[in-house]
Amino acid sequence: MTAFLLRRLIQAAAVVLVMSLLVFLGVFAVGDPIEILISPEADQFERERAVKALGLDLPLWQQYLVFLGNALRGDLGRSFVFNEPALKLILERMPATLELAIGATVAALIIGLPLGLYAGLKPNSPVSKGIMATSILGFSLPTFWVGLMLIMVFAVQLGWLPSTGRGETVTILGMRWSFLTSDGIAHLIMPALNLALFKISLVIRLTRAGVRETMLMDYVKFARAKGLSPARVTFVHVFKNILIPVVTVVGLEFGGTIAFSVVTESVFAWPGMGKLIIDSINVLDRPVMVAYLMMIVLLFITINLVVDITYSLLDPRVRLEGKQ
Amino acid sequence: MSTTTIAATPPVPKVETPFQRFVSEFAASRIALFGLVLFLAIVVIAVLAPWIAPQDPYDLAQLDIMDGRMEPGTVGGAGFTYWLGTDDQGRDMLSGIMYGLRISLMVGAGSAIIACLVGASLGMLAAYAGGRTDSLIMRLVDLQLSFPAILAALMILAFLGKGILNVVFALVIVEWAYYARTVRGSALVERRREYIEAAQCLALPTRRIIFRHLLPNCLPPLIVVGTMQVARAIALEATLSFLGLGVPITEPSLGLLISNGYEYMLSGKYWISFYPGIALLVTIVSINLVGDQLRDVLNPRLKR
Repeated sequence: MTAFLLRRLIQAAAVVLVMSLLVFLGVFAVGDPIEILISPEADQFERERAVKALGLDLPLWQQYLVFLGNALRGDLGRSFVFNEPALKLILERMPATLELAIGATVAALIIGLPLGLYAGLKPNSPVSKGIMATSILGFSLPTFWVGLMLIMVFAVQLGWLPSTGRGETVTILGMRWSFLTSDGIAHLIMPALNLALFKISLVIRLTRAGVRETMLMDYVKFARAKGLSPARVTFVHVFKNILIPVVTVVGLEFGGTIAFSVVTESVFAWPGMGKLIIDSINVLDRPVMVAYLMMIVLLFITINLVVDITYSLLDPRVRLEGKQ
Repeated sequence: MSTTTIAATPPVPKVETPFQRFVSEFAASRIALFGLVLFLAIVVIAVLAPWIAPQDPYDLAQLDIMDGRMEPGTVGGAGFTYWLGTDDQGRDMLSGIMYGLRISLMVGAGSAIIACLVGASLGMLAAYAGGRTDSLIMRLVDLQLSFPAILAALMILAFLGKGILNVVFALVIVEWAYYARTVRGSALVERRREYIEAAQCLALPTRRIIFRHLLPNCLPPLIVVGTMQVARAIALEATLSFLGLGVPITEPSLGLLISNGYEYMLSGKYWISFYPGIALLVTIVSINLVGDQLRDVLNPRLKR
C-alpha cells in the first residue's frame, strides 16, 4: 500500500511539474505584456524600469525557474492590473465560487433525488416519461443560454430575482458569504440553479437506474413480504442504498462544477474565480492566468489522487495491477 | 458487422443486406427519424444560407443602422420584414442565424473529423502495438479525460487567442481522447478474433490488416461516439464564443450571436439572444436524438 501511495504521489507531482511548464510556456506565448501594461507615451527609461520591475528582461528559462521557486513558496506573481499578489486575488474570490458550486450541488440533490425516485418507482407513468424527456433536455441545453433565459424571465420580465452580482454578504472567518442574508440568497438562486442544470439531469438518471435495480433485490422483496408500509420500504430500504452511488458521483463531479462555474459566473456577473480568469484573459493579466490555472491543476490532481486512493482501498485489484 | 465469415467461404446470399437491416432498425424509432430529418434540414439551411437567406449579414450595403434592434415581425425602412427581429446593427436575425449555423456546424464537424482521425489512429496504435506505446497513449488519454473539457479548451484558447482554426485546434485536443479510448477498446476485442488470425496467416501486411480488417469492425462504436461528440463540440464552441474566447467578431457563430444579445437582454430585447439559442438547441437535440438511436442499433450487446 505504501509503495502504491508513493508511486501515485510521485506521478501526481510529475504531472504538476509538467503542467506548470505548459502553463508557463503557454501564457508566455500570449502577446507581449509590455505593450499592454506600459502606456505608449512612456519614455525609454520608464519602460525599462517597468520591464525590470516585472522581471520580463530575464531569459525565458530563468523566468521559469524564478516562477517555479516562487510558486513553491506560494508566490505566483503580482497581478499586472490590480498590483496585488495573484494568489491572494484568487483566494479572495474562491469563497464566492465555492458557495456557487455547493449551492448547485445541493440544488441538484434536492431537485434530482425526488424526481429520480418517482421516475424509478413508476417507470411507466406519463409523469416519469416527462421527467426523463426533460432530463435529456438538461444534457442538451447550452448552460449559458439557459442562464440568459433565466435572467430574461425572472429578472427582466417578472422582476422576482436580481439579475447579477452577489448581493449583501456576511463576513465569517475573514471570508464573505452571501447565503446568510435574504438578499444574498435571492442573488444565489438563479446562478446556482443554472449551474445545477446538468447535475440535476445526472442525479435523476442515476437515481432512477438505482431505484429500478434495487427494487428487484431480495431484501426489498423480503421487506415487502414482511408487510412493511411502502413508504418505509422506499425510504429506509431503497433510498438509503441508492444514496451511496449518487453521492459518490456528485462528489466526483464537484471539480467539474467548479470548472463550469466559469460560464455561469460570466452570465450572472458572479464575482468568483471564474469571472476573474475570463477578465484576466481579456486583459492578458499573465500572473493571474498562471495562478488560476495552477490552482485548478492542483485541485484536479488532488481530486484524482483522492479518488484513486479511495478506490484502491475499496478494491485491491487496482493496487495490484501495477505489480504484474 | 462482426458476423463476417472467414475470408475463404463465399458469403451466403441474404434477403436483407446488413445496411438495409441497419436502416430499418434505425427507422423503427419515430423520434430518431424526426431528429435525422431535422438535422438534415439544418444542414441544408446552413449550406444554402448564401442563396436562401433574406439578407447577407456581411454586406454592409444591405444593412440599415436605422433598423437596429427591431422587434420580430416589424417591417424595416426598405419595406423588408424582419421575422425574427434585428440586432443592434440592423442585421436581420434570421439571416444571421442561417450564416451562424454554417460556422457552428463547420467548427463542430471539422473538429470532430480531425479529432476522430487523430484519436482513432492513436487508439488503433495503442491496441495493436501494446506494451509501452499502449500505456503511454492511455496515460495521455486518462490525463486528458480527468480535466473538464471546458477548462482544457479555455486554457488553450487563452494561450492562442481567438480564431476559427484555434477553436478547432482546442476542440480536437479536448476530444481526441474519447475516440482513442473507444477505438482501443473495440480493437483489443476484435484483434483476438479468428479473421484477424486468418489475415495474419495469409501474411498480409500489417497496414492492410489494420485498415481493411480491423478498422471496419471497430467502426460502429466510433460512429456512435462521433455523433455525440459533434453535438458536444458545437455546444462547447458556442460556450467559448459566448465567453469571448472563440470565433472572432467577423465570423459570428451562434454562440457569438447569443453573446451579442446579452447586453440588450436587460432592457427586454430578448430576440437577439433568444432565437440563435433556439437554433443551437434544436441542432444539438437533433444530433443527440440520432446518436441515441445509433447507440441502440449499433450496440451488439443489446441484440444478443
